[in-house]
Amino acid sequence: MKTLWNILVVDDEEAMCESMAAWLREDGYKVDTAFSGKQAVELARQKPYAICFMDLKMPGGMDGIETMMELRRINPDTAVIIITAYATVDTAIAAMKEGAQEYMVKPCNPEEISLLVERIIKVKRLQRENELLRKRLLRQYEFRDIITKNARMQDILALTKDIASLRSTVLIRGESGTGKELIARAIHFSGDRASRPFVSVSCAALAETLLESELFGYEKGAFTGAAAQTKGKFELANGGTLFLDEIGDISPKLQGDLLRVLQERRFYRVGGSEEVPVDVRVVAATHRDLREAVRQGQFREDLFYRLNVIEIHLPPLRERREDIPLLTEHLIERIGNEVEKDITGVTDGAMRLLMDYHWPGNVRELENAIERAIVTCRGSILTEDDFAFLAESVRARSQWVLPPNMTLQELERQAIVVTLERTQGNIKEAAAVLGIDRSTLYEKIKKYEIPR
Amino acid sequence: MSRLYVAAVGDVSAGNLGVARECAEHEFRLPVSYLPAIAEPPGAFDERRGQYRAVDFLLAVVKSSPGDGKILALTERDIFIPMLTFLFGQAQLGGVAALVSTARLRQEFYGLPADAAVFRRRLRTEVLHEGGHAFGLIHCPDRGCAMSLATSVQQLDLKQDAFCAGCRRALAERVREYRGNET
Repeated sequence: MKTLWNILVVDDEEAMCESMAAWLREDGYKVDTAFSGKQAVELARQKPYAICFMDLKMPGGMDGIETMMELRRINPDTAVIIITAYATVDTAIAAMKEGAQEYMVKPCNPEEISLLVERIIKVKRLQRENELLRKRLLRQYEFRDIITKNARMQDILALTKDIASLRSTVLIRGESGTGKELIARAIHFSGDRASRPFVSVSCAALAETLLESELFGYEKGAFTGAAAQTKGKFELANGGTLFLDEIGDISPKLQGDLLRVLQERRFYRVGGSEEVPVDVRVVAATHRDLREAVRQGQFREDLFYRLNVIEIHLPPLRERREDIPLLTEHLIERIGNEVEKDITGVTDGAMRLLMDYHWPGNVRELENAIERAIVTCRGSILTEDDFAFLAESVRARSQWVLPPNMTLQELERQAIVVTLERTQGNIKEAAAVLGIDRSTLYEKIKKYEIPR
Repeated sequence: MSRLYVAAVGDVSAGNLGVARECAEHEFRLPVSYLPAIAEPPGAFDERRGQYRAVDFLLAVVKSSPGDGKILALTERDIFIPMLTFLFGQAQLGGVAALVSTARLRQEFYGLPADAAVFRRRLRTEVLHEGGHAFGLIHCPDRGCAMSLATSVQQLDLKQDAFCAGCRRALAERVREYRGNET
C-alpha cells in the first residue's frame, strides 16, 4: 500500500509544489506541500515523511539545506531529495554531505523521478520488514527459546500448544538443564493466560517453613518478623500460571497443603483464618521419578495424580544429539551478541567434540560451555582448543579410578564438597561446574547436610 | 445530472475530439457531450522551455466547467510541470478536470513517419488514464492496464487502451458513487 508512505514537497513556488504533489498523488502516495522551510519543519513535527523533495533555493528564512538538516534532526529516516534549477558542483557536494539522498536538477525526466521514488520506497519497505522480523524473532526467543529438530521434542512443542489454553495441571519431567522452565513458560505464554503473571518457585531452594510462607503468604504476626500481611506466590500468580520447580522435594506437610489448593482452589495464609480463593494453573517440574517416589512412600499418590494430569517428559541432550549443531549456532549468536564478540561459528573438530560429549548438564551445560569458550577465545571461530575444558573432563573421567567401597551417594556428596571448595562456596559456579541447576544443588546440599 | 464533457483547449481536430468522446462514452458509461473550445490561457507558454504550463491549462479547464460534470480536455500543445521535463497529461485526482496532450503521442514527435493507428491507440489510452484519475483511480501496477504509470512513449505503448479487471471494477464503483452524489 503506497498510501502508507508520506511524501513532502517543499518549494516556494506554489505551482511547482502543487503540480509535483498532484503527480505523486496519482501514483497513490500521500503528499503534503510546504512553501517555506519553516512550514516544512512544522509539518515534519506532526508526521514522519518517507521522502522529502526540497528546493535548494528558497527566499527568506531557511534555505533548502538548512531545512533538510532540521528535517533530518526531527526524523533521521526521511530521505531528502534536493532539487534545484541551477546545478553547481559545490551545492551538490554540500547537500550530499549534509545527508541528502539525491540531488536533482529540474526539470527532471518523469522516468528518473519515478524510479528514484520506487527505489527509496523499496529500501524503506525492506527496512521496515527487517525491523518487524527482528521484533518477531526477539519475541520468539523470549518465549520460545526452544530450538529443535528432534521428533520427540517437536511432539512436545505441539503438545505444549495444544494444552496451552487448558487449566489442567502439567507435570514436566526431565534431567537438570533440559529446559523444564522454558517449556512451562511456553505453555503459559502461548495460552490465554499469557497476559497474566507467570510466577516461578524453586521448591528445592527453601526450607519447609520458608517454602510454606513463600507459597501461601502469611498474616501479620504469624511468626517472628512477620511485620505485615504478605502475599504468597499463589496469590501473586492469580489468573496466571505458577511454576513449581523440583516438586519432588517438598515435605509431606506441604504435599498435603498443595493437594488442598489444587482440589479446592483456595488456601489459608500462614497464620491466617480466612480462606483465600485463587485461580492458578500449576505447572510442576521434577528431575525425579515421582512414580518411584510414590512407590517408596516419599510422595503422596493423590498429589501425584493431581499433578500428573498432563505429563511431559523432556529427553536429555544426549538423546537428541541432532540438535547440538542448531543449538550451538543459536547460542553462539545469542551469547556472542551479549558479550559483544563477533563469533561466526565452530570448527569441524570442535563440533565433533561437542557431538561426542555426554552433556550430563544438558542444554544448560552446553550454554555454559559455549559462553566459556566465547569469553576465552581469541579468534572469530571457536576451535577444539577453546573447548579443551570439555576434553579434559572426558579424559579425567576415563582415567579416574573409583575409590573402593564407596556408595553412589557418598560419591555425589564428595563431588559436591570438592566442587564447593574449588568455587569457594559460590553456588552458581559450582552448579555450572557440576552441570546441575542451582536448585538441585541446594537440594543436594540439604540432603547430604554439607556445611557451607 | 452527472455527465462527462469533452473539450478542446485551443485548436484540436474534430477527429481527435471524436476519438476521446467515443472512448469516454464506452468506458465511463456516462452521457458525454462537447463543450465549446476553451481558449489557451495567456501566459501559459514558457519561452525558455518552449512548452506550456499544465497547471495553467488545468485551471482554465476548471474555470470553464458548467458545474454538472467532469471535463476531459485535449490539447495539441506539449505541456509540462516545473519539476518534470514533460507530461502526457494531468488530472485533478478525483476532481473536475483531466487534460491530455496529443503532442507526444504522435510518431512524428520522435522523428518517425506518422501512424494514425498508433496515435489513435495512444490517445485512447491516455484519455482512459487521465479520465480514470479524475474519477479517483491511482496508478495500477499492471503494466498492461491503461492506469499504469507511463513515463516514456515506450511504456505508453506497453499499455492496452483498456482498464484491467481490478481498475474496471474500481472505476464502476466510482462512477456509481458519482452518479449517486449528483442525483
